[in-house]
Amino acid sequence: MAVTLDQTIEQKQKTVWASILGHQTFWVLVAVILACIFLSFATDAFATSKNLYNITRNVTFVAIIALGMTLVIITGGIDLSVGSVLCLCSMILAVVMNAGYSIEVGIAASIATALAIGAFNGALIAYLGFPPFVVTLGMLSVARSLAMVASNNTVVFQFGPDHDKLLALGGGAWLFGIANPVLYMIVLALLTGFVLRWTRFGRYLFAIGGNEHAATLTGVPVKRIKVVVYMISALSAGIAGIIQTGWLGAVTTNIGAGMELQVIAAAVIGGANLAGGVGTALGALVGAALIEIIRNSLGLLGINAFWQGTFIGGATILAVLFDRIRNFRQSE
Amino acid sequence: MAALELTNISKHFGAIQAVNDVSFSLDAGEVLGLMGDNGAGKSTLVKMIAGNFRPSSGAIALAGQEIVLHKPLDARRHGIEIVHQDLALCDNLTAAANVFLGRELRRGFGPVSILDYRSMYQHAGALFRELKSETRPRDLVRQMSGGQRQAVAIARTMLSKARIVLMDEPTAAISVRQVAEVLNHIRHLRDRGIAVILISHRMPDVFSVADRVVVMRRGRKVADKPIARSSPEEVTGLITGAIEMV
Repeated sequence: MAVTLDQTIEQKQKTVWASILGHQTFWVLVAVILACIFLSFATDAFATSKNLYNITRNVTFVAIIALGMTLVIITGGIDLSVGSVLCLCSMILAVVMNAGYSIEVGIAASIATALAIGAFNGALIAYLGFPPFVVTLGMLSVARSLAMVASNNTVVFQFGPDHDKLLALGGGAWLFGIANPVLYMIVLALLTGFVLRWTRFGRYLFAIGGNEHAATLTGVPVKRIKVVVYMISALSAGIAGIIQTGWLGAVTTNIGAGMELQVIAAAVIGGANLAGGVGTALGALVGAALIEIIRNSLGLLGINAFWQGTFIGGATILAVLFDRIRNFRQSE
Repeated sequence: MAALELTNISKHFGAIQAVNDVSFSLDAGEVLGLMGDNGAGKSTLVKMIAGNFRPSSGAIALAGQEIVLHKPLDARRHGIEIVHQDLALCDNLTAAANVFLGRELRRGFGPVSILDYRSMYQHAGALFRELKSETRPRDLVRQMSGGQRQAVAIARTMLSKARIVLMDEPTAAISVRQVAEVLNHIRHLRDRGIAVILISHRMPDVFSVADRVVVMRRGRKVADKPIARSSPEEVTGLITGAIEMV
């Protein structure tokens, strides 16, 4: 039977299943589930509600920032400053509340700081053409230094009149015993997923990452969007900082140190491509989950904690390796 | 009345005279082959029509009305569409997403407006059908042949009520069979009453599809005549300078 032009045009290229199976995120999710099943049988401590509560909560800080990072990576950029921005935002919140202001003022100051840093990064990258790596590397240093200046490098653990509210915000479990940070993470992930799939802004992120020149030629406001995306990244670090402050109940100037690498690893394990144009919200969560489960399981299995870096680094390389193998097969 | 009329257009960059006193006009439904060697000023001329550069002097008129183009978006608003030499496609997006890039269809959904995937797929599919191109709206551009990619770029120009379509070397890097496909697309635009300027190095393409040929050399127009009254030999001579001017 002859295939008409209409049939060709209407034909879907792949079934839903085929496209799911071709997705890196899917396979990492499978790895996470298999690891959970294995650990439940191999150790008594894994599948306890206390441990699961801990895991889900630990995942959130990396995962929330990985959501913001995924947007940056989709545009083909990178943000190395997130760990330090988390620290600075936590410290601003702590210092403001410690001075006797309410939690609302503290959070507003903290978020304003995050947005200002993101706007600065974004403006240098978009309008002055700085490489993202350089600008955010500089900011990594600047933001942590500012946190030390703000606190005089002390530990802040008293948050003024709203002390208990802040601790409840980060450490409580308001819904069905799920840790609050997990709820925030789920809400933010749904929001990110919605933006990427259903909004014009999300579409433009992919267009910029795919071919920035083409996006410019077709009238996409590339520069403005780049500024916004670095603001979102810094904002995600700020939000994670606020929640983490409430959870820890204390802020030091070394929180979030080295976190940018974990966050980038989470995004990449979850399928974001550093070359730009590819990434999902679900991937950020799944990547963060895999990293946390590796960390947690090594402890439970009695393996020396010094091995953590090797396993996490190995997982990152392995995840990208699968992607490479698939690409090789496609190009043949 | 001419769809597009250029009057005494010049452009210099510092001391370099890229385009020197060029005038020509173009009717609706006419295909103009714009030929010339590298550096002859074709690209500069086209970039002025596309709103990338402003002429140093001279006027551009659309349907008798003089226009000033400050940026590419202005040109688009006036119904001037460009198919760029590199096609300006995003490989990681679908054909439909590329067709609608920068002009996405959306529908209201409560307080926010969301992308209207269904309408965009349908509309893009209809354009490909019209172009008789086997291009599926849902396919990623990365997986497409050169001809299909051209169809996506050309479908983009058909979204709006384009009056002028500028095509920069559309057949430079594709296979013979795909060249035929692209030339058909150009005829299709012409039949829709669109004025097409085809910039090309490829003599056979210009002679098979264009109604008229304009040759430029060193920033000047050296020929402007119906294709039927010219020949590839003459045009070659004009391009190289073996023939001074006709």
